[in-house]
Formats: sequence, C-alpha cells, structure tokens
Amino acid sequence: MNEKTSRPVQAECEIISNRKVGAYHHLTLAAPGIAEGAKPGNFIAISVGDSRTSMLLRRSFAIYQSTSRGPFGGTIEIIVAPHGDGSTWITERAVHDRLNVVGPLGNAFKLPKDPVRALLVGGGYGSAPLFPLADLLRQKNSRVEMAVGASTAERVFAPVEGKRSVHSLAIATEDGTLGSKGRVTDLFDNSLANIDIVYACGPMGMLKALSTIGDAAGVTVQCAVEESMACGIGLCMTCVLPVRDKDGTLKMLRSCVEGPIFDGAAVDWDGIGTIPPGTYGAPK
Amino acid sequence: MTQSSFDFRTTLGSAHLPNPILTASGCAANGKELSAFFPLEEIGAVVTKSVMNHPRSGRATPRMAETPSGMLNAIGLQGPGIDNFLREDLPWLVEHGARTIVSIAGESVEEFAALSRKVRNAPGVSALEVNISCPNVENRGLVFACDRSSAREVIEAVKRSVGNSLPIIAKLSPDVTDIVSIAEEVVSAGADGLAMINTLLGMVINTETMRPHLANKTGGLSGPAIRPVAVRAIYQVHQAMPKVPIVGMGGVLTGNDAFELVLAGASAISIGTATFHDPSAPVRIKDELEELLISRGFTRFSDAVGYAHRGQS
Ligand SMILES: Cc1cc2nc3c(=O)[nH]c(=O)nc-3n(C[C@H](O)[C@H](O)[C@H](O)COP(=O)(O)OP(=O)(O)OC[C@H]3O[C@@H](n4cnc5c(N)ncnc54)[C@H](O)[C@@H]3O)c2cc1C
Ligand SMILES: Cc1cc2nc3c(=O)[nH]c(=O)nc-3n(C[C@H](O)[C@H](O)[C@H](O)COP(=O)(O)O)c2cc1C
Ligand code: FES
Repeated sequence: MNEKTSRPVQAECEIISNRKVGAYHHLTLAAPGIAEGAKPGNFIAISVGDSRTSMLLRRSFAIYQSTSRGPFGGTIEIIVAPHGDGSTWITERAVHDRLNVVGPLGNAFKLPKDPVRALLVGGGYGSAPLFPLADLLRQKNSRVEMAVGASTAERVFAPVEGKRSVHSLAIATEDGTLGSKGRVTDLFDNSLANIDIVYACGPMGMLKALSTIGDAAGVTVQCAVEESMACGIGLCMTCVLPVRDKDGTLKMLRSCVEGPIFDGAAVDWDGIGTIPPGTYGAPK
Repeated sequence: MTQSSFDFRTTLGSAHLPNPILTASGCAANGKELSAFFPLEEIGAVVTKSVMNHPRSGRATPRMAETPSGMLNAIGLQGPGIDNFLREDLPWLVEHGARTIVSIAGESVEEFAALSRKVRNAPGVSALEVNISCPNVENRGLVFACDRSSAREVIEAVKRSVGNSLPIIAKLSPDVTDIVSIAEEVVSAGADGLAMINTLLGMVINTETMRPHLANKTGGLSGPAIRPVAVRAIYQVHQAMPKVPIVGMGGVLTGNDAFELVLAGASAISIGTATFHDPSAPVRIKDELEELLISRGFTRFSDAVGYAHRGQS
C-alpha cells in the first residue's frame, strides 16, 4: 500500500451531523473529492469563523472515518476536542452549516505487506484515526490489539462500533473512571513480546514513551505527531521537528507534509523545541 | 467592456508580468506545494522563500502564534541554501511555467553579493528580491533595512554583481522611523523597485505558562492586522518617488484589499498570510481585483497605480 497522499483539495463541506461524544464532538462532513483519497493517518485543515474572521489559521484534525460513496457522496468524520476559540467554534456549528476544508493532508500510516501482530495505542482523541487503520490491518489478516488511554472517562474515545475493528481493546484512565487506573503504557507487556509493529497517536509525551519502549524491544513504532501548524500544506515551516533521515542526519522536517506519521526511532523527542546540535543547517 | 480587453499587465523594472499578483516570500515555499491548488503560471510570479548561502535549520519551535487578524512568525529562514535551491527548486519552477522572483537573504554584505552572483547566472529568473530585513552580523546584529548605510552597502554590492541583467527589488522593513529615507537610499544605490512591507516585530506572552510564546521570544507580525501600516508606507514612498515600482504587501485577503494597496501606489501585490487561510488566495484575489478594476471603469491596471494621489502635488 502506498503511504503517499493524493493531491489535497479545498472544498466547502456541509455538516451532516454533529454529535457530542463524551468530551468530544463527532462531526460528519460531506466531503466529495476529499474523502476518496483519504488514508488512515491523513488529516484535514478547517478554516474557522465567518468571512471576516480574526482567526486566520486553519485548525487541523485527524481523519477518523472516510467513505467514498453514500447518499452524500464522500464523507469524512472527525473527532474534535473543544480547546480554544477555533476548535470550540467548530463544535458549535449546526447541521447543514458549511466548513471550508482542505485535505487530505500529510502522509499515512505505512501498512505491512504480510499479516502482522499489531498494537495500536491511542491517547485521548488520538485513538480516532487508529480505528480505520485497524480495519485495514484486519483486512490483511493481521491481529490487532488496541490500548486507549486518557486522563478521565469522558476523554476516552472508543466507540462501540470501533470495538469490532480490533481483536482486543484495553482502556486506562489516569483517574480510574474507566478501565484500569493508570497510563496507557501500563496496559500491555512493555517487552512487546508478541508484537511486530506499534502504531501510536496521542500527546507527545506518550509518543516519546512508546518510542523508548519500541527501541528497547526492537519493534518499530509509527507515531502520528501533533505540532502547531500555520498552513498545514507545507508553505510556512512552522510545524517542524528534528527527525533523522536515512543517512542519520538530523533535519527539521515539516510534520504537515513529511509527517504527521514518523518512525518513532527517527524522531529526536528530547530535541523538540530546540535545534539539536549537529542538525542539518544548524547555526555554527 | 469585456474582460479580455482589460490590460492587466505590469512591469517591475525590466520584468514584464501578465498580471500584478505575486506570492510573498516565505508564504509559498518554493511553489511546489501551492501548485496542487492552482497552476502557478496563472499569477504574475512566484516569489520564493528567502534563500541564504548555506542550508539553514531555522529556529526552535514554537515558531508561530496566531494573533488578532494576524500571526507572529519566527521561522529563522529555514532553507536548503542557494546551491540546492538553484539545482532543484528553481528548475522545477521554470519547468512548470512559473515566472520566478528569487528572494535572497544574507548576514553580511559579502553574502548578499555572493548570492546575487549565483542567481544572475541562473536561467528563468524574472527579478531578484533582496530581503534586507536580516541582522547584519558585522554590525552588532542591527537589521540592514533599519540602517541607511547598511541598506545602501547591500544594494550597491548586489548591483555590482548583477548589473542590469536582473531587476533588483529591495524589500523594506516597516520598523523604521522614516521609511522614505531608506527607500531613497536603496534606490540611489541601484534598486529598480521596492517591496514593502516586511513583518513588524511583535511578541506574545502565554498567560498560562507566563513566558513568551515563541522560542525566539519575538516574531514578525503579518496579516490584515498590519494592512494600514502597509498602505501608509506604500503611500508615503510612492508620493516621494512616483516612478519607482513598488511590490506592495501586508494583510491582503481580498481583491478589494489589493486594490487599496494599488491605489496607494503598488505596481504589484504579494499575497502572504492569506495563502495559509485560503491556499487559492493568489488566483482568487487576482480575479477579484480584475473584476473590481473593470467595474470601476479602468481599462488598464497601470492607470490605477497610485490613483489615490491624484490631484496632489
Ligand atoms: C496533524 C494534527 C491532527 C490533529 N488532530 C486532532 C483531532 O483529531 N482532534 C482534535 O480535537 N484535535 C486535533 N488536533 C489539534 C487541533 O488542531 C488543535 O486543538 C486546534 O488547532 C486548537 O485550535 P483552537 O482554536 O481551539 O486553539 P488556540 O489555542 O486558540 O489555537 C491557536 C493556534 O494554535 C494552533 N494550535 C493550538 N493547539 C494546537 C495543537 N494541539 N496542535 C496543533 N495546533 C495547535 C491552532 O491551530 C491555532 O493556529 C490535531 C493537530 C494536528 C497538527
Ligand atoms: C511564515 C512567514 C515567513 C516569511 N518569510 C519571509 C522570508 O523568508 N523573506 C521575506 O522577505 N519575507 C518573509 N515573510 C514576510 C512576508 O513576505 C510579507 O512581507 C509579510 O508577511 C506581510 O504580508 P502578509 O500580511 O500578506 O503576510 C514571511 C512571512 C511569514 C508569515
Ligand atoms: S504547517 Fe506550514 S509548513 Fe507545515
């Protein structure tokens, strides 16, 4: 399977539904032209506010589900956590309102050719893009275990229908309001004895911890990172983080086009927020 | 009147462009990504990200903050360096039919001179934009564009390197007491045109962490928030030197915004931050501006340039 993304499209997308699920909003958008090319791991960028908005920058959201056919043509579903003014504005939109969407953006999770034993780890709304990935993996006869963690029950995103996509689902909350009390990394054997590949989406701290576990166990961890983005389409260079290329050179790569999926072992997690010494083009 | 009889052409020194809408340096990368949204040859020219002599990592993140009707950025000129740029990025633009204005940035007069010598010999360049809003490492890090003699030295060195082979456009910073005097200085040093305005220095403090939001602490403010500053700067400089072509920019989101800068005296308009909001902004604004000019009875774009100055002496 090709992890490259099809050309992004900009479109006015009608909201088909907007449902509250726990602390999040589950939005379904009619997105013909965007949905067809979408792959698990891709994201969309939505403009916020009316035509005279003072919020100029688009907000990015991982694609939860996409269908290329149906009564509305292609549809895209996203899970939105109201955070600041922009994401809150999105969650307050009504059915039939339109959102200006650019997508699909970024790279996608890489899929192995042969059946594997995969562990999917999601933090908060980060579990959303892992469900369609689980479906694809299962179509290839892979075994899929999922572990989902969040601070509290209403921030766990694990819908009933999603449970059918996986062979097992374990949940942890830090306050113990759902599943076991603790962190998502407490949910599985950290030696990754029966795992061939890990896919992860969630906060940077979780991704870093998983990459360390993967390194020790010799298992690849594909991480979907979340960096602050001004454009989402590769124009501005705001969304960079230090990543090692094939030759071992650290480069500041754009997470909106070269990512958001990176091999956890290649990311200099401790170097995020700095220009690590030796980075390509670093000040002498 | 029909659309086809409208003359949308503009000139920047010896560069002739089919229409006056350009990208803004640093807001369109080097064209490739934007070409997914519209054919680059539809706009007047692509202005590339300011490139330096050597590859640059840029600054640490966070590099941006959204602000009311604008944003702050502190990218730190991340880029491939001039040799990679000329080997990979420029040929790609030329192949795809994009007219290209190459923006260069340096930390010393010598770096600007070396960069312009390399660009002079590259095929397919319409003009050279000289981003002098960079710190001069040889003068206590004082920004070239904020000091008359440093600004003059850079433009003189660039002029010696390129001669008359390429129009030289000096990009000015609005963070100066008297932008007209800087403009006059660089024009007398050999600049064929001026680009204005670059970003204004600003700062955001995160009230949760109670620290500056950007890793670099300060950043450049762009977007509609700065448009009145751009209009004022363009108006003042056009009034002082009506014959010198100006590439106007600063918060243009619509054809009407572009029209405002044209009325002030801009012969071309660069679209920057608006492209982050709407990736097809450059072509949309081009179409909106053309329609607007026709509806106001203009038959030639050039007649509208500086129209707000009419009847003044
Ligand atoms: C690739 C990617 C996928 C994402 N997927 C989801 C998702 O599925 N569901 C979800 O709820 N959120 C997701 N986010 C985070 C979401 O984009 C931010 O929460 C949102 O942009 C915050 O905007 P705001 O107006 O509420 O906050 P403000 O703080 O007002 O935003 C100000 C600026 O900072 C940027 N910003 C602030 N926080 C973030 C952040 N965490 N990540 C990136 N940019 C940020 C905003 O885009 C905006 O430009 C994703 C981010 C990225 C980069
Ligand atoms: C993210 C970003 C990067 C920029 N990089 C450059 C640059 O490399 N060189 C330059 O001359 N100006 C640069 N600029 C300034 C713009 O070219 C332009 O002068 C300014 O943003 C005002 O126009 P706007 O409001 O339309 O964005 C940058 C602006 C932004 C927002
Ligand atoms: S967000 Fe602009 S380059 Fe990635």
